[in-house]
Amino acid sequence: MTESLLTIRGLKVRVEETEILHGIDLDIKSGEIHAIMGPNGSGKSTLSSALMGHPKYEITEGTVLFRGENLLEMIPEKRAALGLFLSFQYPKEIPGVNLVSFMRASYNAVRKAQAEVRNETCEPVTLFAFKKMMMDKMSLVGMPASFMERATNEGFSGGEKKKCEILQMAVLEPILAILDETDSGLDIDALKDICHAILEVRKPEQAILMITHYQRILDYIAPDHVHVMMNGKIVMSGGSDLARTIESEGYDYVREKVGITKESGFKMITS
Amino acid sequence: MGALDYLEDLDRSVFDSANQQDYAVRAQKGLSEALIRKISATKNEPEWMLEHRLKSLKQFNEMALPTWGVDLSVLNFDDIIYYAAPDEMKGYATKWEDVPDDIKKTFERLGIPEAERKVLAGTGAQYDSVNAYHKLKEEWESKGVIFEDMDQALKKFPDLVKQYFMKCVPFSDHKFAALHGAVWSGGTFLYVPKGVKVTAPLQAYFRMNAQSMGQFEHTLIIVEDGADAHYIEGCSAPKYGSTSLHAGCVEVYVKPNAKFRYSSVENWSQDTYNLNTKRAIVDADAIMEWVGGNLGSGVTMLYPCSILRGRGARADHLGVAFANKGQIQDTGAKVIHVGPNTTSTVLAKGISKGGGVSVYRGLLQINKGAKGAKSNVRCDALILDGDSRNDTYPEMKIYEDDVSIGHEASVGKISDEQLFYLRSRGLSEDEALAMIVNGFIDPIVRALPLEYAVEMNRLIEMEMEGAIG
Repeated sequence: MTESLLTIRGLKVRVEETEILHGIDLDIKSGEIHAIMGPNGSGKSTLSSALMGHPKYEITEGTVLFRGENLLEMIPEKRAALGLFLSFQYPKEIPGVNLVSFMRASYNAVRKAQAEVRNETCEPVTLFAFKKMMMDKMSLVGMPASFMERATNEGFSGGEKKKCEILQMAVLEPILAILDETDSGLDIDALKDICHAILEVRKPEQAILMITHYQRILDYIAPDHVHVMMNGKIVMSGGSDLARTIESEGYDYVREKVGITKESGFKMITS
Repeated sequence: MGALDYLEDLDRSVFDSANQQDYAVRAQKGLSEALIRKISATKNEPEWMLEHRLKSLKQFNEMALPTWGVDLSVLNFDDIIYYAAPDEMKGYATKWEDVPDDIKKTFERLGIPEAERKVLAGTGAQYDSVNAYHKLKEEWESKGVIFEDMDQALKKFPDLVKQYFMKCVPFSDHKFAALHGAVWSGGTFLYVPKGVKVTAPLQAYFRMNAQSMGQFEHTLIIVEDGADAHYIEGCSAPKYGSTSLHAGCVEVYVKPNAKFRYSSVENWSQDTYNLNTKRAIVDADAIMEWVGGNLGSGVTMLYPCSILRGRGARADHLGVAFANKGQIQDTGAKVIHVGPNTTSTVLAKGISKGGGVSVYRGLLQINKGAKGAKSNVRCDALILDGDSRNDTYPEMKIYEDDVSIGHEASVGKISDEQLFYLRSRGLSEDEALAMIVNGFIDPIVRALPLEYAVEMNRLIEMEMEGAIG
């Protein structure tokens, strides 16, 4: 049995005055694909933002260990250097900064921080060498090279933005990638396309945590574990068959099973 | 990036540190007729120039300070040195080896000789009131281009200078134009003959070194019919904790079908009042482009002006102003459409941080008869924190009906979401902020030559260090 890559215990997260996550437990091992499913407002995206270190999300209780280190004490850029990646549900536009400059700055920053941990120095990669590498990654995810010179995410379609996130994952080669609703807002062709890109990019030892509302992305990327989140807790876990059950029976199946009524929120927890 | 290596070591201290200097001619503080006569005599000027200086002085004494913009009443004119010539400098050198060591070191730290070798057609380097170095490459000299120190130009080309000197910006224009007319020294004279296209930029660098110094360089540029040139100026001064004053004057004449670009990166120390006047007269089908970056300076009041005199004349104004803690950057653009079918665009970007104030102050005037004139003005502000401020005063005076005018203004803040996005990709908060700011000013920096663009970006990065605690 391999050691856990990410260990979450009793994680409670508050945004402004409202507690959104009421105690999350999760273990992810190297190379595993996990999916967290759940209806809107269940706290899925709060979990991904909190794991990446968004300052708006206040951790009130619990622990998160990533590669044996206390993730919660780290600023976001340090989490990135440690090999954590978040593919955003709504990637941000950076006007006036072309994709290749942004990605090169990011790549150099991450590599520099990684070298510092090992007490080494690391020369920034030259623009020429970086462009060459990026070109390869772009063809891997199926993104035209012309995007390199465009302002990051500015004027990109929804699908292009999501693809650009996967490109960044390909460049940064994280140890654990959180894909936050990568499937949202995509039609079936775009969904197939992005799933194909993820599978092309993914290295076997990389772990993936997929956050999704719908089961359909899981048809293309088969998860090892599926968790259902409701009202800020993981209420059910299982294998990939759980996703299919939810697809056919809806989230009401889970609600009934664990004793949650839609109107009143939590009644009780069963495991 | 090999060509840019000399910029690697740049940091604020390079600009802020002063050079120990003995001065051969170092006028007393304060302004008097005797001083004006002394400056003129030292330079061995023709009688008309002395008269011009004295008339200007009279005008300066009679004129009130501007009643708008930044409060200048705290400026003590008696506490400024109006003329200082470093000890060893008896006329400028045309080889860097001949520039006095101390002064050469300063310019080397700023990367000037390096840049000259690599990219420039000609270079001037002014130290306090006089030029230390001036050199035009052979290729351009043989085509009749004149690139001279202004004091020398007055001696060598007296008629040409007399024809144009302070005709575009008369000394009666405002109090600081009058002051400039009285005490001007040094600067650049550029003459590009008919049809000559100077393909590499010409550069002048202005360095104020003495404490409580005033620098009043005069830049006079004449671009004849169908000619084309690009002139760049860089400016800096050390930080002393006492007031310095920069009141330069730039006059540009762009003749029919000619094209001229004037780029500047002004990075005076925060002790400096930068009250500069820049103006161009643009003839038929000619193009004038102003590209300006204003960093540094405690107070800047600078509004490059284009007078579109000829039919079909065009002006493009691109400007960035960065106001950090304790700074007021009051900048903008003035365009006056006189001829028919004239066009202008203004793109101004203001950034304020740490309590700094950036102001866009613009004038768009379309005179009666400027039929078919087109103008588009856009000013964007980026405010980095709650203490900082941006104001916009776009004035329009339109006296013609058959015109097309566009005006847009925006004020933005950096969102937490945008910062988080960049930090999740490994960038520190400062790096992320600098990246967003550099992106914001990209449309303007893009118009600068590569070396200057890199310098601008680096200056922004320096300003962003320790941005948020």
